[in-house]
Amino acid sequence: MTKVKSLADLKQMKANLEAKVNLREKAETVEDHVQVKVAMATCGIASGAKTVMEYLIEEFDKRGISAVVTQTGCMGYCYAEPTIEVKRPGEEPVVFGYVDKKKVDEIIEKYIRNGELVDGIIPVNYQSIK
Amino acid sequence: MSKYKMHILVCGGTGCRASESDAIVANLKKELAAKELENEVQVIMTGCFGFCEKGPIVKIMPDNTFYVQVKPEDVVEIVNEHIIKGRKVMRLLYLDPTSQDHISDSKHMEFYKKQIRIALRNCGFINPENVDEYIARDGYLALGKALTEMKPQDVIDEIKKSGLRGRGGGGFPTGLKWDFASKNKADQKYVVCNADEGDPGAFMDRSILEGDPHSVIEAMALCGYSIGATKGLVYIRAEYPLAIHRLKVAIDQAREYGLLGDDIMGTGFSFDIELRYGAGAFVCGEETALIHSMEGLRGEPTVKPPFPAESGYKAMPTNVNNVETLASVPVILLKGAEWFASIGTEKSKGTKVFALAGKINNVGLIEVPMGTTLREVIFEIGGGIKNGKKFKAVQTGGPSGGCLTEKHLDTPIDFDNLIAAGSMMGSGGMIVMDEDDCMVSVAKFFLEFTVEESCGKCAPCRIGNKRLHELLDRITKGNGTLEDLDRLRNLSHVIKDTALCGLGQTSPNPVLSTLDNFYNEYLDHVNEKKCTAGQCKALMTYVIDPDACVGCTACARNCPVNAIAGERKQPHVINPAICIKCGACIEKCKFNAISIK
Repeated sequence: MTKVKSLADLKQMKANLEAKVNLREKAETVEDHVQVKVAMATCGIASGAKTVMEYLIEEFDKRGISAVVTQTGCMGYCYAEPTIEVKRPGEEPVVFGYVDKKKVDEIIEKYIRNGELVDGIIPVNYQSIK
Repeated sequence: MSKYKMHILVCGGTGCRASESDAIVANLKKELAAKELENEVQVIMTGCFGFCEKGPIVKIMPDNTFYVQVKPEDVVEIVNEHIIKGRKVMRLLYLDPTSQDHISDSKHMEFYKKQIRIALRNCGFINPENVDEYIARDGYLALGKALTEMKPQDVIDEIKKSGLRGRGGGGFPTGLKWDFASKNKADQKYVVCNADEGDPGAFMDRSILEGDPHSVIEAMALCGYSIGATKGLVYIRAEYPLAIHRLKVAIDQAREYGLLGDDIMGTGFSFDIELRYGAGAFVCGEETALIHSMEGLRGEPTVKPPFPAESGYKAMPTNVNNVETLASVPVILLKGAEWFASIGTEKSKGTKVFALAGKINNVGLIEVPMGTTLREVIFEIGGGIKNGKKFKAVQTGGPSGGCLTEKHLDTPIDFDNLIAAGSMMGSGGMIVMDEDDCMVSVAKFFLEFTVEESCGKCAPCRIGNKRLHELLDRITKGNGTLEDLDRLRNLSHVIKDTALCGLGQTSPNPVLSTLDNFYNEYLDHVNEKKCTAGQCKALMTYVIDPDACVGCTACARNCPVNAIAGERKQPHVINPAICIKCGACIEKCKFNAISIK
């Protein structure tokens, strides 16, 4: 069975398949994308971090924002879970606490799109290894 | 399909599979299923990452975490800690030897910093047994573009403009080769991929076929379109079972998708590929010998001209290209000749894959721009010499190449510079040697190889190399004379001038380059009957220092041939007539009383 009947077919196919390796490609050039880390320790998960993470992935996809969402361990702000760390390309990371779906909307539209700071920022007090 | 939040890439190259990366994949799948994560985390077996020294390698995306020397039993910890809790498993991260820092992103490792991966672009990134992943990475787009938007001559001109030269050793301009084959009219022409990789220590072609077989298939179809061939043949060593398997899978998938076969992408162009297995004869890497072997004849070279472009397989115009050369072709067409030509040196464009082996810390496969210096390759990417020993030489170009020394370290590597330095690019094998390597023995080793691999057709190669080997053997046994050194040099030049094919014409290179660069070592062997590196057993004498020996009898008890005599508490003596120089006594002596003279 011939699947690729023309160059247009091939291009269409590539567009459909891109998602297969997209996550890997973005990870290689992570500095060029918005990076979001979701704290997914017991405290985070209990407060709904998993829902937040899934929502983030879906919304970035829907709103056409090129972002890499990863999970991380407890960031230490257990009082403010779920917490997420957002890093815009070329900028210092910012940590947000008490994140829910509504907060995600606000962070995406205001901070990620326009760089406007929103409520709920926690001062960063750690360093990560490269 | 895209629901996966994480991808775990596991190296499936021959090296890592030998270290049980199969079991790592199986354990990962089992563990993820047990944690009900199989729909969130995808496990992919890829081709070679190149950092073979630290294999098996497991890379977790999008966290971009590069785990090294992973064992199947580490899987539980990776899943529980990293996948579930998001904490990196520190003990499996790469430890930078100088800073002693754990590094999780491969971009920060010395080994990867200077690399640009063109031929290896998909190795360690995609699943080689899944054509979809290749298509997602712009696979077959170059072919589609060429078939619909370019004339065959346009493709040839683009390759010419890029300055791509043959990666198999010769360095012949690829575009020119295609041009010759295209200009010769015939009813049937052939595209041949030379996958008869035979240099000791070189494994780039195997890794490309194992990690990204579709790039070679696509390039062969592109070449077919350019020169007017509808049939492709891959000549591959039967001793590369994994590469053969993945190539077969890839060809089947390409056929199923209509990317090989009749009327590709509705353009009327037809092309298909078959495999031909070689029995692992070195000379069959020479293109005329390769063609004869494919025809079912003896793998012997014939005089050129006629070149294969005029009369090759079944006396039809045939274009033969090496695997790495082909793997670079699709990218050139997609990104443009200017892009490719902007990388590298004036006469050698693009990148070259090297296989680092020998006494070097980071054994593996690397791809660097042409013009990178040997120093950068050996000391930065390669991490320097093992066990803090001193660098002595690097052998490039396999049995046809030569040994380069300290003084060549800052030479930018390209086809012409290496030849000017008395060696050659070859297929890109680099064997690094330290102070413990005897250069006469190294030359002897390579001659042993050529004597074994000579097809025997022409006298200079068949008889000349045998004589070279005998002379070298005599020198390493302490029976060489100064006349022998002159004889070595003269005979080498005669063989170079008179041998029939590339194998014979280059086989004396290891002798000549060691004579040029390490003449003193030859003189030591001949005049002093001494091997400073301590490799030539015949030239060594084991001696016991009577002042240091306490007569403990440990050496005598451990000598396998009873060559050591002496009373208890009295100094012992080694009988050199019986001693086989195995070194067992030195190992057992607690008083450092035994030395090699």
